[in-house]
Amino acid sequence: MNSNMTSHQPLTLQVPEPAVRPGGTPDFSNVKIPKAGAVPRPEVDADPESIRDLAYSIIRVLNRNGEAVGPWAGLLSDEELLEGLRHMMTLRAFDARMLMAQRQGKTSFYMQHLGEEAISCAFRKALSPGDMNFPTYRQAGLLIADGYSMVDMMCQVYSNSRDPLKGRQLPIMYSSKDHGFFTISGNLATQFVQAVGWAMASAIKNDTKIAAAWIGDGSTAESDFHAALVFASTYKAPVILNIVNNQWAISTFQGIARGGSGTFAARGLGFGLPSLRVDGNDYLAVYAVAKWAVERARRNLGPTLIEYVTYRVGAHSTSDDPSAYRPKTESDAWPLGDPVIRLKNHLIVRGVWSEERHKQAEAEILDTVIAAQKEAESYGTLHAGAKPSARDMFEGVYAEMPPHLRKQRQQAGV
Amino acid sequence: MARMTMVEAIRDAMDVMMGRDDGVVVFGEDVGYFGGVFRSTQGLQQKYGKTRCFDTPISEAGIVGTAIGMAAYGLKPCVEIQFADYMYPAYDQIVSEAARLRYRSNGEFTCPLVVRMPTGGGIFGGQTHSQSPEALFTHVSGLKTIVPSNPYDAKGLLIAAIEDPDPVIFLEPKRLYNGPFDGHHDRPVTPWSKHDLSEVPSGYFTVPLGKATVVREGSAMTVLAYGTMVYVAQAAAAETDIDAEIIDLRTLLPLDMDTIAASVRKTGRCVIVHEATLTSGFGAELAALVQEACFFHLEAPIARVAGWDTPYPHAQEWDYFPGPARVGRALVETMEG
Repeated sequence: MNSNMTSHQPLTLQVPEPAVRPGGTPDFSNVKIPKAGAVPRPEVDADPESIRDLAYSIIRVLNRNGEAVGPWAGLLSDEELLEGLRHMMTLRAFDARMLMAQRQGKTSFYMQHLGEEAISCAFRKALSPGDMNFPTYRQAGLLIADGYSMVDMMCQVYSNSRDPLKGRQLPIMYSSKDHGFFTISGNLATQFVQAVGWAMASAIKNDTKIAAAWIGDGSTAESDFHAALVFASTYKAPVILNIVNNQWAISTFQGIARGGSGTFAARGLGFGLPSLRVDGNDYLAVYAVAKWAVERARRNLGPTLIEYVTYRVGAHSTSDDPSAYRPKTESDAWPLGDPVIRLKNHLIVRGVWSEERHKQAEAEILDTVIAAQKEAESYGTLHAGAKPSARDMFEGVYAEMPPHLRKQRQQAGV
Repeated sequence: MARMTMVEAIRDAMDVMMGRDDGVVVFGEDVGYFGGVFRSTQGLQQKYGKTRCFDTPISEAGIVGTAIGMAAYGLKPCVEIQFADYMYPAYDQIVSEAARLRYRSNGEFTCPLVVRMPTGGGIFGGQTHSQSPEALFTHVSGLKTIVPSNPYDAKGLLIAAIEDPDPVIFLEPKRLYNGPFDGHHDRPVTPWSKHDLSEVPSGYFTVPLGKATVVREGSAMTVLAYGTMVYVAQAAAAETDIDAEIIDLRTLLPLDMDTIAASVRKTGRCVIVHEATLTSGFGAELAALVQEACFFHLEAPIARVAGWDTPYPHAQEWDYFPGPARVGRALVETMEG
């Protein structure tokens, strides 16, 4: 029967589109931004049912004048904030140098954090030694803010003779157990649920450590995200479930993964999870919300879902060109500003920082990064100098090398 | 020593290890209060408490994903996927994560994890309760894959698997749970109590991974089998009166090539049998390895008997299953070849 003969209208498929494409004028009028200080701070043992509206707002501390305001302010000292600024500036300088190194052919691939530095740098400071992050590829601030060696990071990026991972992993897929940084997979979302398992293990053993899971807006569409929320919710695991919403999943705008849900944070509501949304470009807000969730987990009150609202200023990686899918000036129009500039301005308002000292710090940090780079390059880069041996390739597949691998190593003649 | 079924032996292995090591945790769908749909975990929650043995949501990716996190923390999870046919949602976690943690982190993080899965057909389970996916695991570097065929081995191998520092896939031929099934589906079931290998030591013992065993000595040919097919091969050899040497591989990876090659060099003939589909099955790997190691000793082409390359059917289960008649024909043809 012809469909026109029925009483039903033909169905149509709806494919979401971003507000603007290349050539258009950037428009973030759909991002509703409350005033800094406007969102209340509940007690950490608040009933998740009573704070559902936090999934639809944005917790902010720094206002336009660079002042820290509202109930989430006041947690960090001048020294801690100056250190936070230094971490973010270091990460930014590190990224700039490594991005250039990739363009110079010293490595195959790189991913930078530009615009997202506050999230991983501030979050790290809310954790304690022994806690474990299950990061994605854009949380190297967790390492920088915990004092991990930049030389070791660069050796990993270069896959050189001092690469802690012996050349086995793509650049930036770091691993450091000592710094609470789980080996990055490179597959998306798989580690979100592993963090829940790690946290469950800590609870099974009556330990005091907690875990932090990390995922991007795009990867929340993976079934592992759903599995993680189910398990975290069921067993009340001491885990913080972090979603970094930087608006773009390579070329795909966040609306493709978000669908009809109001926000990514709102995904947690159906699981009965406290679900908070925070200004990801506000170092103080990120720290305050992380601290709240950490305390909740530590007090055995269970998991918290946090959505960091931010913007990926750079390309996804060195393998894509954002001007092909979004307006070139979109990042300038991003209404939450730049995390480094915002913290800098706040420190100036506090009277402990100045433009001159900032410039001076930039130069000092760059010197430190360049010195680390020189040292790392003395151990080789991907295509030049010393590198991990081919013999190493066969090691570490198992604790003990099985006969078939021994035979293959002989065949390889290494 | 006690007489045990395969289910009882598997449960006993977990019981022994949970008693010895409080890092051993057991979980999966229906595994806790109820004790598993095949009863393999019965009583463990009552004995060790519900933080050591518990029910999970129906999410294989969640079960294996959380188990990987626990293993990285330092526990020794032994999880159950209710049927091997249900493991596909967990395959990414097994292949991309469990198998590679040690390698990609240069040993900083490891994954001492056991994933138990009932495998194989013979219970009218249709296409979603009958599959034998072992080749999907042996193809993955970083995994070990085990298929026990009797209560003694099941207990000893499972204890060894739980103690192993790397992820182990433990495939339990479900048709063997309650007896050594030889493929004669129209005959009365033989219970384990009448089989020597149902005598299982109490307490702790291991059967080492990576070691095959000769279950029937012979000089005319070598039959390579594992799981249910060990008994089918024995029935076929008896019924064709061929002096076949039958090897139970027990561990598919790492494979005991020494035992295999010594036997084929002695007999000059080799038949490989498995229940899984033929094409790209583990038999293909075995055939390649045997010809590499024993080419100048072979007097006939290596033969494979396997499940047909179709989904596992329901009504036609016994037309699909490579029973003693089909295996017997391959033995006869290989003797003539």
